[in-house]
Amino acid sequence: MSEWWTYRPSSFLLFSARTYYRLFELYNAEIWPWQVLALLMGVAILVLLRKPGAWQGRTISALLAASWLWVAWAYLYSRYASINWMATYFAAAFALEALLLIVLGVGHGLVWRPPAAWISRAGIGLATFAVALQPLIGPLVGRSWSQVEIFAVAPDPTVVGTLGVLVLASGWPKWLLLPIPILWCLVSGATAWVMQSPDAALMPAAAALVIVAGGGSVLSRMAPARDASGTPALD
Amino acid sequence: MDEIIKAPPLSRRRLLGALIATGAAAAVGPRISAAQPDAIITRPIPSTDEKLPAVGLGSWITFNVGYDDAARASCAEVMRNFFEAGGRLIDSSPMYGSSQATIGYGLYKLGKPPALFSADKVWTSPASRGPAQIEVSRKQWNVPRFDLLQVHNLLAWKEHLPTLFAMKASGQLRYVGITTSEGRRHRDFEQIMRTQPLDFVQVSYNVLDREAEARILPLAQERGMAVIINRPFRQGALIDRVARHPLPSWAGEIGCVSWAQLLLKFIIAHPAVTCAIPATTSAPHARENVGAARGPLPDKAMRQRLVSLVEQL
Repeated sequence: MSEWWTYRPSSFLLFSARTYYRLFELYNAEIWPWQVLALLMGVAILVLLRKPGAWQGRTISALLAASWLWVAWAYLYSRYASINWMATYFAAAFALEALLLIVLGVGHGLVWRPPAAWISRAGIGLATFAVALQPLIGPLVGRSWSQVEIFAVAPDPTVVGTLGVLVLASGWPKWLLLPIPILWCLVSGATAWVMQSPDAALMPAAAALVIVAGGGSVLSRMAPARDASGTPALD
Repeated sequence: MDEIIKAPPLSRRRLLGALIATGAAAAVGPRISAAQPDAIITRPIPSTDEKLPAVGLGSWITFNVGYDDAARASCAEVMRNFFEAGGRLIDSSPMYGSSQATIGYGLYKLGKPPALFSADKVWTSPASRGPAQIEVSRKQWNVPRFDLLQVHNLLAWKEHLPTLFAMKASGQLRYVGITTSEGRRHRDFEQIMRTQPLDFVQVSYNVLDREAEARILPLAQERGMAVIINRPFRQGALIDRVARHPLPSWAGEIGCVSWAQLLLKFIIAHPAVTCAIPATTSAPHARENVGAARGPLPDKAMRQRLVSLVEQL
Protein backbone atom coordinates (compact mmCIF):
# COMPACT_ATOMS: atom_id res chain seq x y z
CA MET A 1 0.00 0.00 0.00
CA SER A 2 1.58 3.26 -1.14
CA GLU A 3 1.55 6.33 1.05
CA TRP A 4 0.25 4.19 3.92
CA TRP A 5 0.74 7.07 6.32
CA THR A 6 -2.04 8.99 4.58
CA TYR A 7 -4.59 6.33 5.57
CA ARG A 8 -6.64 6.78 8.72
CA PRO A 9 -8.39 4.01 10.66
CA SER A 10 -11.64 5.21 9.10
CA SER A 11 -10.18 4.48 5.65
CA PHE A 12 -10.49 0.79 6.49
CA LEU A 13 -14.04 0.91 7.78
CA LEU A 14 -16.09 -0.74 5.06
CA PHE A 15 -19.49 -0.73 6.75
CA SER A 16 -21.73 1.37 8.96
CA ALA A 17 -22.24 0.79 12.68
CA ARG A 18 -25.85 -0.02 11.88
CA THR A 19 -24.82 -2.83 9.51
CA TYR A 20 -22.19 -4.12 11.96
CA TYR A 21 -24.58 -4.50 14.90
CA ARG A 22 -27.43 -5.67 12.69
CA LEU A 23 -25.15 -8.58 11.76
CA PHE A 24 -25.26 -9.73 15.42
CA GLU A 25 -29.03 -9.40 15.41
CA LEU A 26 -29.41 -11.67 12.37
CA TYR A 27 -26.75 -14.06 13.67
CA ASN A 28 -28.44 -14.38 17.07
CA ALA A 29 -31.79 -15.05 15.44
CA GLU A 30 -30.34 -17.70 13.13
CA ILE A 31 -28.49 -19.71 15.78
CA TRP A 32 -31.07 -19.49 18.58
CA PRO A 33 -31.21 -21.35 21.04
CA TRP A 34 -27.51 -22.27 20.88
CA GLN A 35 -26.76 -19.17 22.95
CA VAL A 36 -28.07 -21.08 25.98
CA LEU A 37 -25.47 -23.79 25.46
CA ALA A 38 -22.79 -21.13 24.98
CA LEU A 39 -23.71 -19.48 28.27
CA LEU A 40 -23.63 -22.86 30.03
CA MET A 41 -20.13 -23.39 28.64
CA GLY A 42 -19.12 -20.03 30.05
CA VAL A 43 -20.56 -20.86 33.46
CA ALA A 44 -18.83 -24.24 33.37
CA ILE A 45 -15.49 -22.52 32.78
CA LEU A 46 -16.08 -20.17 35.71
CA VAL A 47 -16.92 -23.12 37.97
CA LEU A 48 -13.93 -25.15 36.79
CA LEU A 49 -11.58 -22.26 37.52
CA ARG A 50 -12.43 -22.74 41.20
CA LYS A 51 -12.03 -26.52 41.26
CA PRO A 52 -8.40 -27.65 41.21
CA GLY A 53 -7.59 -30.93 39.53
CA ALA A 54 -5.43 -32.46 36.82
CA TRP A 55 -8.26 -32.41 34.28
CA GLN A 56 -9.23 -28.82 35.04
CA GLY A 57 -6.86 -27.07 32.63
CA ARG A 58 -7.52 -29.53 29.84
CA THR A 59 -11.30 -29.24 30.15
CA ILE A 60 -11.24 -25.45 30.20
CA SER A 61 -8.87 -25.42 27.23
CA ALA A 62 -11.18 -27.75 25.30
CA LEU A 63 -14.20 -25.54 26.01
CA LEU A 64 -12.28 -22.43 24.97
CA ALA A 65 -10.99 -24.11 21.80
CA ALA A 66 -14.55 -25.07 20.86
CA SER A 67 -15.66 -21.47 21.45
CA TRP A 68 -12.89 -19.99 19.29
CA LEU A 69 -13.52 -22.50 16.52
CA TRP A 70 -17.24 -21.78 16.54
CA VAL A 71 -16.73 -18.02 16.45
CA ALA A 72 -14.17 -18.42 13.64
CA TRP A 73 -16.55 -20.41 11.48
CA ALA A 74 -20.06 -19.31 12.41
CA TYR A 75 -19.47 -15.61 12.89
CA LEU A 76 -16.21 -14.40 11.35
CA TYR A 77 -16.07 -16.56 8.24
CA SER A 78 -19.74 -17.22 7.56
CA ARG A 79 -21.16 -13.79 8.44
CA TYR A 80 -18.68 -11.02 9.21
CA ALA A 81 -16.73 -11.77 6.02
CA SER A 82 -19.81 -10.77 4.03
CA ILE A 83 -19.19 -7.13 4.96
CA ASN A 84 -15.46 -7.18 5.74
CA TRP A 85 -13.01 -9.03 3.50
CA MET A 86 -10.43 -8.89 6.31
CA ALA A 87 -12.68 -11.15 8.41
CA THR A 88 -11.42 -14.16 6.47
CA TYR A 89 -7.99 -13.51 7.97
CA PHE A 90 -9.54 -12.92 11.39
CA ALA A 91 -11.29 -16.29 11.08
CA ALA A 92 -7.95 -17.95 10.28
CA ALA A 93 -6.39 -16.30 13.34
CA PHE A 94 -9.25 -17.52 15.56
CA ALA A 95 -8.91 -21.04 14.14
CA LEU A 96 -5.17 -20.89 14.88
CA GLU A 97 -5.90 -19.86 18.46
CA ALA A 98 -8.28 -22.81 18.76
CA LEU A 99 -5.53 -25.09 17.49
CA LEU A 100 -3.07 -23.62 19.99
CA LEU A 101 -5.58 -24.15 22.80
CA ILE A 102 -5.92 -27.79 21.78
CA VAL A 103 -2.18 -28.40 21.45
CA LEU A 104 -0.96 -26.33 24.39
CA GLY A 105 -4.02 -26.35 26.63
CA VAL A 106 -5.51 -29.80 26.09
CA GLY A 107 -2.30 -31.56 25.06
CA HIS A 108 0.27 -29.94 27.32
CA GLY A 109 -2.17 -28.80 30.00
CA LEU A 110 -2.57 -25.34 31.46
CA VAL A 111 -1.69 -24.93 35.12
CA TRP A 112 -3.39 -22.45 37.41
CA ARG A 113 -0.92 -20.91 39.80
CA PRO A 114 -1.43 -17.13 40.00
CA PRO A 115 1.57 -15.62 41.78
CA ALA A 116 -0.39 -12.87 43.52
CA ALA A 117 -3.89 -12.43 44.87
CA TRP A 118 -4.57 -9.34 42.74
CA ILE A 119 -3.63 -11.22 39.59
CA SER A 120 -5.99 -14.02 40.58
CA ARG A 121 -8.76 -11.51 41.16
CA ALA A 122 -8.05 -9.84 37.82
CA GLY A 123 -8.27 -13.16 35.97
CA ILE A 124 -11.45 -14.30 37.70
CA GLY A 125 -12.89 -10.84 37.28
CA LEU A 126 -12.20 -10.72 33.53
CA ALA A 127 -13.63 -14.19 32.94
CA THR A 128 -16.74 -13.44 35.00
CA PHE A 129 -17.17 -10.10 33.27
CA ALA A 130 -16.99 -11.76 29.83
CA VAL A 131 -19.64 -14.36 30.65
CA ALA A 132 -22.04 -12.39 32.86
CA LEU A 133 -21.59 -8.66 32.28
CA GLN A 134 -20.12 -7.99 28.85
CA PRO A 135 -23.31 -9.08 27.03
CA LEU A 136 -25.12 -6.31 28.92
CA ILE A 137 -22.81 -3.54 27.69
CA GLY A 138 -24.48 -3.22 24.28
CA PRO A 139 -28.00 -2.75 25.67
CA LEU A 140 -26.64 -0.41 28.36
CA VAL A 141 -25.18 1.92 25.72
CA GLY A 142 -28.37 1.88 23.67
CA ARG A 143 -28.12 -1.09 21.35
CA SER A 144 -30.93 -3.59 20.99
CA TRP A 145 -31.13 -6.74 23.13
CA SER A 146 -31.41 -8.70 19.92
CA GLN A 147 -27.87 -7.55 19.07
CA VAL A 148 -26.41 -8.87 22.31
CA GLU A 149 -22.87 -10.30 22.12
CA ILE A 150 -22.48 -13.52 24.13
CA PHE A 151 -19.47 -15.52 25.26
CA ALA A 152 -18.64 -18.39 22.84
CA VAL A 153 -20.98 -16.84 20.25
CA ALA A 154 -19.47 -13.41 19.54
CA PRO A 155 -15.74 -12.67 19.35
CA ASP A 156 -15.33 -9.92 21.96
CA PRO A 157 -16.63 -11.73 25.07
CA THR A 158 -14.96 -14.94 23.90
CA VAL A 159 -11.64 -13.12 23.72
CA VAL A 160 -12.07 -11.38 27.09
CA GLY A 161 -13.09 -14.65 28.76
CA THR A 162 -10.04 -16.36 27.32
CA LEU A 163 -7.79 -13.55 28.48
CA GLY A 164 -9.20 -13.94 31.99
CA VAL A 165 -8.35 -17.64 31.96
CA LEU A 166 -4.86 -16.95 30.62
CA VAL A 167 -4.17 -14.36 33.33
CA LEU A 168 -4.74 -17.14 35.87
CA ALA A 169 -2.57 -19.64 34.02
CA SER A 170 1.12 -20.12 34.65
CA GLY A 171 3.84 -21.70 32.55
CA TRP A 172 5.18 -20.93 29.07
CA PRO A 173 2.13 -22.08 27.08
CA LYS A 174 0.14 -19.05 28.15
CA TRP A 175 2.62 -16.69 26.47
CA LEU A 176 1.97 -18.38 23.15
CA LEU A 177 -1.79 -18.17 23.68
CA LEU A 178 -1.87 -14.44 24.50
CA PRO A 179 -0.86 -12.66 21.25
CA ILE A 180 -3.96 -13.43 19.14
CA PRO A 181 -6.51 -12.39 21.81
CA ILE A 182 -4.56 -9.21 22.54
CA LEU A 183 -4.32 -8.35 18.85
CA TRP A 184 -8.06 -8.91 18.51
CA CYS A 185 -8.65 -6.45 21.35
CA LEU A 186 -6.81 -3.82 19.32
CA VAL A 187 -8.65 -4.68 16.09
CA SER A 188 -12.04 -4.68 17.79
CA GLY A 189 -11.28 -1.48 19.69
CA ALA A 190 -10.19 0.29 16.49
CA THR A 191 -13.32 -0.88 14.69
CA ALA A 192 -15.58 0.33 17.49
CA TRP A 193 -13.66 3.61 17.69
CA VAL A 194 -14.08 4.49 14.00
CA MET A 195 -17.76 3.50 14.30
CA GLN A 196 -17.92 5.94 17.24
CA SER A 197 -19.34 3.23 19.48
CA PRO A 198 -19.53 4.45 23.09
CA ASP A 199 -17.92 1.23 24.38
CA ALA A 200 -14.90 1.47 22.06
CA ALA A 201 -12.42 1.57 24.96
CA LEU A 202 -13.59 -1.72 26.45
CA MET A 203 -11.48 -4.20 24.47
CA PRO A 204 -8.23 -2.16 24.57
CA ALA A 205 -8.78 -1.74 28.32
CA ALA A 206 -9.11 -5.50 28.72
CA ALA A 207 -5.87 -5.99 26.77
CA ALA A 208 -4.13 -3.38 28.91
CA LEU A 209 -5.25 -5.13 32.10
CA VAL A 210 -3.93 -8.45 30.83
CA ILE A 211 -0.59 -6.92 29.87
CA VAL A 212 -0.28 -5.31 33.31
CA ALA A 213 -1.22 -8.60 34.97
CA GLY A 214 1.27 -10.46 32.77
CA GLY A 215 4.02 -8.04 33.76
CA GLY A 216 3.02 -8.36 37.40
CA SER A 217 3.09 -12.12 37.09
CA VAL A 218 6.63 -12.11 35.72
CA LEU A 219 7.88 -9.72 38.39
CA SER A 220 6.18 -11.67 41.19
CA ARG A 221 7.84 -14.90 40.12
CA MET A 222 11.26 -13.35 39.62
CA ALA A 223 11.49 -11.53 42.95
CA PRO A 224 11.32 -14.47 45.42
CA ALA A 225 13.48 -16.63 43.21
CA ARG A 226 16.24 -14.01 43.20
CA ASP A 227 15.99 -13.79 46.97
CA ALA A 228 16.64 -17.50 47.29
CA SER A 229 19.23 -18.22 44.64
CA GLY A 230 20.07 -15.02 42.81
CA THR A 231 18.59 -16.22 39.51
CA PRO A 232 15.03 -15.91 38.27
CA ALA A 233 12.88 -18.99 38.27
CA LEU A 234 11.43 -20.32 35.01
CA ASP A 235 8.09 -22.01 34.70
CA MET B 1 -19.62 22.31 -21.49
CA ASP B 2 -22.93 21.78 -19.69
CA GLU B 3 -25.50 20.25 -21.89
CA ILE B 4 -29.21 20.12 -21.17
CA ILE B 5 -31.31 17.28 -22.51
CA LYS B 6 -35.00 16.65 -22.20
CA ALA B 7 -35.89 14.19 -19.49
CA PRO B 8 -38.11 11.23 -20.44
CA PRO B 9 -41.88 11.49 -19.82
CA LEU B 10 -42.61 11.93 -16.15
CA SER B 11 -45.00 10.04 -13.98
CA ARG B 12 -46.92 12.09 -11.42
CA ARG B 13 -44.71 10.73 -8.65
CA ARG B 14 -41.55 11.52 -10.55
CA LEU B 15 -42.76 14.98 -11.43
CA LEU B 16 -43.52 15.71 -7.79
CA GLY B 17 -40.12 14.45 -6.70
CA ALA B 18 -38.38 16.60 -9.26
CA LEU B 19 -40.32 19.64 -8.16
CA ILE B 20 -39.45 19.05 -4.55
CA ALA B 21 -35.82 18.56 -5.47
CA THR B 22 -35.64 21.90 -7.24
CA GLY B 23 -37.48 23.76 -4.54
CA ALA B 24 -40.28 24.66 -6.90
CA ALA B 25 -43.09 22.86 -5.11
CA ALA B 26 -43.36 25.40 -2.32
CA ALA B 27 -43.60 28.22 -4.81
CA VAL B 28 -46.18 26.84 -7.21
CA GLY B 29 -48.64 25.38 -4.68
CA PRO B 30 -51.91 24.50 -6.39
CA ARG B 31 -50.44 25.12 -9.86
CA ILE B 32 -48.20 22.10 -9.41
CA SER B 33 -49.66 20.19 -12.35
CA ALA B 34 -48.74 23.01 -14.71
CA ALA B 35 -45.12 23.23 -13.63
CA GLN B 36 -42.24 21.75 -15.62
CA PRO B 37 -39.12 20.55 -13.84
CA ASP B 38 -35.73 21.67 -15.05
CA ALA B 39 -34.08 19.20 -17.39
CA ILE B 40 -31.26 17.18 -15.91
CA ILE B 41 -27.77 18.51 -16.45
CA THR B 42 -25.56 16.10 -18.36
CA ARG B 43 -21.91 16.16 -19.28
CA PRO B 44 -20.27 14.50 -22.27
CA ILE B 45 -17.67 11.77 -21.89
CA PRO B 46 -14.96 13.40 -24.01
CA SER B 47 -13.79 10.22 -25.73
CA THR B 48 -17.22 9.41 -27.19
CA ASP B 49 -19.44 12.43 -26.50
CA GLU B 50 -21.92 10.12 -24.70
CA LYS B 51 -23.89 12.16 -22.15
CA LEU B 52 -24.02 11.34 -18.44
CA PRO B 53 -26.17 13.00 -15.76
CA ALA B 54 -23.88 15.07 -13.55
CA VAL B 55 -24.85 13.23 -10.36
CA GLY B 56 -24.38 9.49 -9.92
CA LEU B 57 -24.55 7.06 -7.00
CA GLY B 58 -21.64 5.76 -4.93
CA SER B 59 -21.78 2.56 -2.89
CA TRP B 60 -18.86 2.87 -0.42
CA ILE B 61 -20.11 1.70 3.01
CA THR B 62 -23.78 2.41 2.29
CA PHE B 63 -24.43 -0.67 0.13
CA ASN B 64 -22.20 -3.04 2.12
CA VAL B 65 -25.05 -4.67 4.03
CA GLY B 66 -24.16 -8.35 3.67
CA TYR B 67 -27.05 -10.76 3.20
CA ASP B 68 -29.51 -8.70 5.23
CA ASP B 69 -32.70 -8.93 3.15
CA ALA B 70 -34.30 -5.86 4.73
CA ALA B 71 -31.21 -3.73 4.18
CA ARG B 72 -30.82 -4.98 0.59
CA ALA B 73 -34.44 -4.09 -0.11
CA SER B 74 -33.76 -0.63 1.32
CA CYS B 75 -30.75 -0.25 -0.99
CA ALA B 76 -32.90 -1.34 -3.95
CA GLU B 77 -35.32 1.43 -3.00
CA VAL B 78 -32.43 3.91 -3.00
CA MET B 79 -31.56 2.74 -6.51
CA ARG B 80 -35.19 2.98 -7.64
CA ASN B 81 -35.39 6.58 -6.47
CA PHE B 82 -32.03 7.32 -8.05
CA PHE B 83 -33.12 6.04 -11.47
CA GLU B 84 -36.55 7.64 -11.22
CA ALA B 85 -34.94 10.99 -10.48
CA GLY B 86 -32.88 10.66 -13.66
CA GLY B 87 -29.59 9.19 -12.41
CA ARG B 88 -27.54 6.70 -14.43
CA LEU B 89 -24.01 6.07 -13.16
CA ILE B 90 -23.55 3.70 -10.21
CA ASP B 91 -20.02 3.13 -8.94
CA SER B 92 -18.66 0.27 -6.84
CA SER B 93 -15.55 -1.81 -6.19
CA PRO B 94 -14.61 -5.32 -5.10
CA MET B 95 -13.08 -3.58 -2.08
CA TYR B 96 -16.51 -2.53 -0.86
CA GLY B 97 -17.54 -5.82 0.75
CA SER B 98 -20.99 -6.91 -0.39
CA SER B 99 -21.79 -3.66 -2.22
CA GLN B 100 -21.53 -5.21 -5.68
CA ALA B 101 -23.89 -8.03 -4.75
CA THR B 102 -26.30 -5.48 -3.28
CA ILE B 103 -26.25 -3.53 -6.54
CA GLY B 104 -26.88 -6.77 -8.46
CA TYR B 105 -29.84 -7.50 -6.18
CA GLY B 106 -31.21 -3.99 -6.70
CA LEU B 107 -30.83 -4.17 -10.47
CA TYR B 108 -32.67 -7.51 -10.47
CA LYS B 109 -35.49 -6.10 -8.33
CA LEU B 110 -35.78 -3.08 -10.61
CA GLY B 111 -35.88 -5.16 -13.77
CA LYS B 112 -32.41 -4.16 -14.97
CA PRO B 113 -33.01 -0.47 -15.69
CA PRO B 114 -31.74 0.33 -19.20
CA ALA B 115 -30.48 3.73 -18.02
CA LEU B 116 -27.75 2.09 -15.91
CA PHE B 117 -24.17 3.15 -16.52
CA SER B 118 -22.16 0.55 -14.60
CA ALA B 119 -18.84 1.70 -13.17
CA ASP B 120 -16.73 -0.75 -11.21
CA LYS B 121 -13.07 -1.24 -10.39
CA VAL B 122 -10.32 -3.81 -10.37
CA TRP B 123 -8.48 -3.99 -7.07
CA THR B 124 -6.13 -6.90 -6.62
CA SER B 125 -2.47 -7.72 -6.55
CA PRO B 126 -0.86 -9.67 -8.13
CA ALA B 127 -2.53 -8.38 -11.27
CA SER B 128 -2.80 -11.89 -12.70
CA ARG B 129 -5.91 -12.20 -10.54
CA GLY B 130 -7.48 -9.18 -12.24
CA PRO B 131 -9.50 -10.92 -14.98
CA ALA B 132 -10.95 -13.41 -12.48
CA GLN B 133 -11.87 -10.62 -10.09
CA ILE B 134 -13.55 -8.65 -12.87
CA GLU B 135 -15.59 -11.70 -13.84
CA VAL B 136 -16.71 -12.22 -10.22
CA SER B 137 -17.70 -8.55 -10.06
CA ARG B 138 -19.63 -8.79 -13.33
CA LYS B 139 -21.56 -11.80 -12.04
CA GLN B 140 -22.37 -9.99 -8.81
CA TRP B 141 -23.73 -7.02 -10.73
CA ASN B 142 -25.37 -9.47 -13.14
CA VAL B 143 -24.64 -7.30 -16.16
CA PRO B 144 -23.43 -8.53 -19.58
CA ARG B 145 -20.46 -6.16 -19.40
CA PHE B 146 -19.32 -3.11 -17.50
CA ASP B 147 -19.54 0.32 -19.03
CA LEU B 148 -16.49 1.49 -17.09
CA LEU B 149 -13.72 -0.31 -15.23
CA GLN B 150 -11.17 1.61 -13.23
CA VAL B 151 -7.93 0.63 -11.56
CA HIS B 152 -8.75 1.20 -7.89
CA ASN B 153 -6.28 3.46 -6.07
CA LEU B 154 -3.67 2.75 -8.76
CA LEU B 155 -3.07 -0.73 -7.30
CA ALA B 156 -0.90 -2.65 -9.80
CA TRP B 157 -1.96 -0.19 -12.50
CA LYS B 158 0.89 -1.04 -14.87
CA GLU B 159 -0.40 -4.58 -15.14
CA HIS B 160 -4.15 -3.91 -14.93
CA LEU B 161 -4.37 -1.16 -17.55
CA PRO B 162 -3.24 -3.37 -20.48
CA THR B 163 -5.91 -5.89 -19.44
CA LEU B 164 -8.59 -3.20 -19.39
CA PHE B 165 -7.49 -1.71 -22.72
CA ALA B 166 -7.57 -5.21 -24.26
CA MET B 167 -11.10 -5.74 -22.90
CA LYS B 168 -12.15 -2.42 -24.40
CA ALA B 169 -10.61 -3.30 -27.77
CA SER B 170 -12.48 -6.60 -27.84
CA GLY B 171 -15.82 -4.99 -26.93
CA GLN B 172 -16.03 -6.45 -23.40
CA LEU B 173 -15.79 -2.98 -21.89
CA ARG B 174 -16.66 0.53 -23.03
CA TYR B 175 -14.43 2.80 -20.96
CA VAL B 176 -11.19 2.58 -18.95
CA GLY B 177 -10.18 4.69 -15.97
CA ILE B 178 -8.11 5.04 -12.83
CA THR B 179 -9.06 6.19 -9.33
CA THR B 180 -7.59 7.69 -6.24
CA SER B 181 -9.16 9.21 -3.16
CA GLU B 182 -8.46 11.74 -0.45
CA GLY B 183 -5.57 13.28 -2.36
CA ARG B 184 -3.34 10.22 -2.43
CA ARG B 185 -0.64 9.71 -5.09
CA HIS B 186 -1.63 12.71 -7.20
CA ARG B 187 1.86 12.91 -8.72
CA ASP B 188 1.68 9.31 -9.96
CA PHE B 189 -1.92 9.92 -10.98
CA GLU B 190 -0.91 12.87 -13.16
CA GLN B 191 1.89 10.88 -14.74
CA ILE B 192 -0.51 8.11 -15.71
CA MET B 193 -2.98 10.66 -17.08
CA ARG B 194 -0.22 12.10 -19.28
CA THR B 195 0.88 8.75 -20.69
CA GLN B 196 -2.22 6.53 -20.89
CA PRO B 197 -5.27 6.91 -23.18
CA LEU B 198 -7.79 6.94 -20.33
CA ASP B 199 -11.47 7.68 -20.76
CA PHE B 200 -12.13 8.45 -17.08
CA VAL B 201 -10.32 9.49 -13.94
CA GLN B 202 -11.84 9.49 -10.45
CA VAL B 203 -10.62 11.73 -7.62
CA SER B 204 -11.85 13.28 -4.38
CA TYR B 205 -13.09 16.85 -4.62
CA ASN B 206 -15.43 18.90 -2.50
CA VAL B 207 -15.86 22.39 -1.11
CA LEU B 208 -13.08 21.83 1.44
CA ASP B 209 -10.82 19.35 -0.37
CA ARG B 210 -9.88 21.22 -3.54
CA GLU B 211 -6.39 19.90 -4.25
CA ALA B 212 -7.60 18.42 -7.55
CA GLU B 213 -8.41 21.91 -8.84
CA ALA B 214 -4.75 22.77 -9.19
CA ARG B 215 -3.56 20.09 -11.61
CA ILE B 216 -5.78 17.02 -11.96
CA LEU B 217 -8.94 18.75 -13.19
CA PRO B 218 -7.17 21.04 -15.70
CA LEU B 219 -5.14 18.08 -16.95
CA ALA B 220 -8.31 16.04 -17.44
CA GLN B 221 -9.72 18.85 -19.58
CA GLU B 222 -6.50 19.11 -21.53
CA ARG B 223 -6.31 15.35 -22.11
CA GLY B 224 -10.02 14.92 -22.85
CA MET B 225 -10.86 12.68 -19.88
CA ALA B 226 -14.14 12.43 -18.01
CA VAL B 227 -13.90 13.07 -14.27
CA ILE B 228 -15.84 11.25 -11.54
CA ILE B 229 -15.78 12.90 -8.13
CA ASN B 230 -15.78 10.73 -4.99
CA ARG B 231 -16.10 11.80 -1.33
CA PRO B 232 -18.33 14.79 -2.24
CA PHE B 233 -19.48 14.95 1.39
CA ARG B 234 -16.27 13.65 3.04
CA GLN B 235 -18.17 10.46 3.91
CA GLY B 236 -20.92 12.51 5.52
CA ALA B 237 -18.62 14.59 7.70
CA LEU B 238 -19.24 17.70 5.59
CA ILE B 239 -23.00 17.35 5.97
CA ASP B 240 -22.56 16.89 9.72
CA ARG B 241 -20.44 20.05 9.79
CA VAL B 242 -22.92 22.29 8.00
CA ALA B 243 -26.24 20.72 8.95
CA ARG B 244 -26.71 22.67 12.18
CA HIS B 245 -26.37 25.95 10.30
CA PRO B 246 -29.16 27.46 8.18
CA LEU B 247 -28.91 27.13 4.43
CA PRO B 248 -27.75 30.49 3.07
CA SER B 249 -30.54 32.50 1.48
CA TRP B 250 -28.67 32.74 -1.82
CA ALA B 251 -28.85 28.93 -2.17
CA GLY B 252 -32.39 29.47 -3.39
CA GLU B 253 -31.06 31.44 -6.36
CA ILE B 254 -29.73 28.19 -7.82
CA GLY B 255 -32.70 26.07 -6.72
CA CYS B 256 -31.06 24.36 -3.74
CA VAL B 257 -33.34 23.11 -0.99
CA SER B 258 -30.63 21.45 1.11
CA TRP B 259 -26.98 21.65 2.02
CA ALA B 260 -26.40 18.40 0.14
CA GLN B 261 -27.64 19.97 -3.09
CA LEU B 262 -25.57 23.10 -2.54
CA LEU B 263 -22.41 21.07 -1.90
CA LEU B 264 -23.07 18.93 -4.97
CA LYS B 265 -23.78 21.93 -7.17
CA PHE B 266 -20.44 23.38 -6.09
CA ILE B 267 -18.74 20.24 -7.43
CA ILE B 268 -20.58 19.79 -10.70
CA ALA B 269 -20.28 23.49 -11.51
CA HIS B 270 -16.58 22.91 -12.13
CA PRO B 271 -16.27 22.62 -15.90
CA ALA B 272 -13.95 19.62 -15.75
CA VAL B 273 -16.31 17.52 -13.63
CA THR B 274 -18.43 14.92 -15.38
CA CYS B 275 -20.22 13.26 -12.48
CA ALA B 276 -20.21 13.40 -8.67
CA ILE B 277 -21.07 10.15 -6.89
CA PRO B 278 -22.57 10.73 -3.42
CA ALA B 279 -23.50 7.59 -1.49
CA THR B 280 -26.59 7.33 0.67
CA THR B 281 -28.79 4.84 2.51
CA SER B 282 -31.82 7.08 2.16
CA ALA B 283 -34.17 6.89 -0.81
CA PRO B 284 -35.32 10.52 -0.42
CA HIS B 285 -31.69 11.62 -0.24
CA ALA B 286 -30.90 9.72 -3.44
CA ARG B 287 -33.66 11.66 -5.16
CA GLU B 288 -32.55 14.92 -3.58
CA ASN B 289 -28.93 14.34 -4.66
CA VAL B 290 -29.90 13.84 -8.29
CA GLY B 291 -31.98 16.98 -7.95
CA ALA B 292 -28.70 18.89 -7.65
CA ALA B 293 -28.21 18.15 -11.34
CA ARG B 294 -31.21 20.31 -12.21
CA GLY B 295 -31.56 24.05 -12.36
CA PRO B 296 -28.87 26.70 -12.44
CA LEU B 297 -25.36 26.08 -11.19
CA PRO B 298 -23.31 28.49 -9.08
CA ASP B 299 -20.98 30.84 -10.91
CA LYS B 300 -17.38 31.44 -9.89
CA ALA B 301 -18.28 34.14 -7.37
CA MET B 302 -20.96 32.04 -5.71
CA ARG B 303 -18.63 29.04 -5.52
CA GLN B 304 -16.04 31.19 -3.78
CA ARG B 305 -18.71 32.49 -1.45
CA LEU B 306 -19.62 28.91 -0.51
CA VAL B 307 -15.97 28.02 0.14
CA SER B 308 -15.59 30.99 2.47
CA LEU B 309 -18.82 30.15 4.26
CA VAL B 310 -18.11 26.46 4.82
CA GLU B 311 -14.54 27.13 5.92
CA GLN B 312 -15.92 29.36 8.66
CA LEU B 313 -18.50 26.84 9.93
